[in-house]
Amino acid sequence: FKHGICTVEILDAKTKDKLCFLDKVEPNATIGEIKSMFHKSHPQWYAARQSIRLDPKGKSLKDEDVLQHLPVGTTATFYFRDLGAQISWVTVFLTEYGGPLLLYLMFYFRVPFIYAPKYDFTTSKHWVVHLACMCHSFHYLKRLLETLFVHRFSHGTMPLRNIFKNCTYYWGFAAWMAYYINHPLYTPPIRYYINHPLYTPPPIYGEQQVRIALIIFLFCQVGNFSIHIALRNLRPPGSKTRKIPYPTKNPFTWIFLLVSCPNYTYELGSWFGFTLMTQCLPVAFFTAVGFIQMTVWAKGKHRSYLKEFRDYPPLRSPILPFVL
Amino acid sequence: MASTEEDGSVEEKENNNKKRTKSAIAVAWLTFYNIAMTAGWLVLAMAMMRFYIQKGTHKGLYKSIARTLKFFQTIALVEVVHCAIGIVRTSVIVTGVQVCSRIFMVWFITNSIKQIQNEESVILFLAVWTFTEITRYSFYTFNLLNHLPYFIKWARYNMFIIMYPLGVAGELLTIYTALPYVRKTGMLSMRLPNKYNVSFDYYYFLVIVMLSYIPLFPQLYFHMLRQRRKVLLGEIIVEKDE
Repeated sequence: FKHGICTVEILDAKTKDKLCFLDKVEPNATIGEIKSMFHKSHPQWYAARQSIRLDPKGKSLKDEDVLQHLPVGTTATFYFRDLGAQISWVTVFLTEYGGPLLLYLMFYFRVPFIYAPKYDFTTSKHWVVHLACMCHSFHYLKRLLETLFVHRFSHGTMPLRNIFKNCTYYWGFAAWMAYYINHPLYTPPIRYYINHPLYTPPPIYGEQQVRIALIIFLFCQVGNFSIHIALRNLRPPGSKTRKIPYPTKNPFTWIFLLVSCPNYTYELGSWFGFTLMTQCLPVAFFTAVGFIQMTVWAKGKHRSYLKEFRDYPPLRSPILPFVL
Repeated sequence: MASTEEDGSVEEKENNNKKRTKSAIAVAWLTFYNIAMTAGWLVLAMAMMRFYIQKGTHKGLYKSIARTLKFFQTIALVEVVHCAIGIVRTSVIVTGVQVCSRIFMVWFITNSIKQIQNEESVILFLAVWTFTEITRYSFYTFNLLNHLPYFIKWARYNMFIIMYPLGVAGELLTIYTALPYVRKTGMLSMRLPNKYNVSFDYYYFLVIVMLSYIPLFPQLYFHMLRQRRKVLLGEIIVEKDE
């Protein structure tokens, strides 16, 4: 181990230019502290966009890593890579979820320039359309509140370009779905008696289908929230440690017995319910795309759980019990 | 759009290493496939030239080669499978997009909209495609056989400079000419109300397709230019970081 004082030099990972020379660095200084010192000499590179590594092509060192525990001499040489403009996760989530919430309501209230002028500020005559608006708004409101009060993020920031990509996805799909559900020519779920000899128009609403859909939707919303609370309670405030999640007293968390990422399972269930409720192809499409993306994420998380924990429960699947 | 290949220069060097690790069956199959496709597009080229020489006009030319064109262009879907199973080292998505855009032109434009089949723009992009595909497939064939004549390499990495823009011009003009007919017939379109609560307007879809050439074409073109500098001029290019 080292005594006394160390010096740190930081080189550009690509050009190998000397960017910064820090003398009088404590051996027990963390990478995070070194990043702050580097930021002072190069104010345009705030700590979140610095990637400090031992090798130009190697992995980034963590903020918690301590200088004297790294394989360096009394003069440490680090390589710096600019990660590009960063934006906080909270900002991204609020923008991502706020957009769909507002956009859907604009379509629901039939704000001008969306539909034909004679429909401006009218409301749909189908009660399922009102129900769908409440469900959609509830879902995104829940997400916003969870972002502010429930979630604990392991990374503080992400690259700025992600916000454009993510917002395009969420806002685009929200607008596409909302357009059709709130359209004056929207067709609600209908129970088909058309071939019955005693059929008399007008058709009856598929009340049963909508009722079942609503139950599925609400069940999965509660389930998803339960999982988020359970995951939050796994991690004490300010820590970045990871533990295996287990079922709690809340029955909605018992799905942890069968699935690694039940938050995604419940999310899929919610959107499936919403698809059934609205009987709208764009919604089905959105559910399918979300399912694919969440499966990719679930498989990744499942794999990292297996890698990190020797005693990981073998019965669990990534997202769908026994299936996927 | 005309087909491009992800890695040009890397292909050259790595092809030799690849072959030692690639199975003999894969090499045999790919050689067969590329020879067959070279032959197919040669047949197409000769049929087109023969028609024009005999009839003196391009009217009816498309109809005469339509079946052969559809056959060989559709078979190209198998190239996506090649990438997916790893016997060809190119991204599945890049190949998929290229093949799909060709399939789209053949099946959803020229095959479905009969009124534009005698347009000059159709002959233009067909000629470009034929030339490009013969060059491309013979390039792969000779590469697999380890005997690449320089003129084929030269053609592959130089002819695209004029072929690419010409092909894009032919395709765009064709779609543009087809628009009024799409509007009139309302083909492949769905209107509200319907029980799926969705609508699709093929006319506006085509307009969006045409507009998408604006960002996509320069990217592919400059990619090919960079590949050319690497392969033919041996330039070392410092890649921009993501």
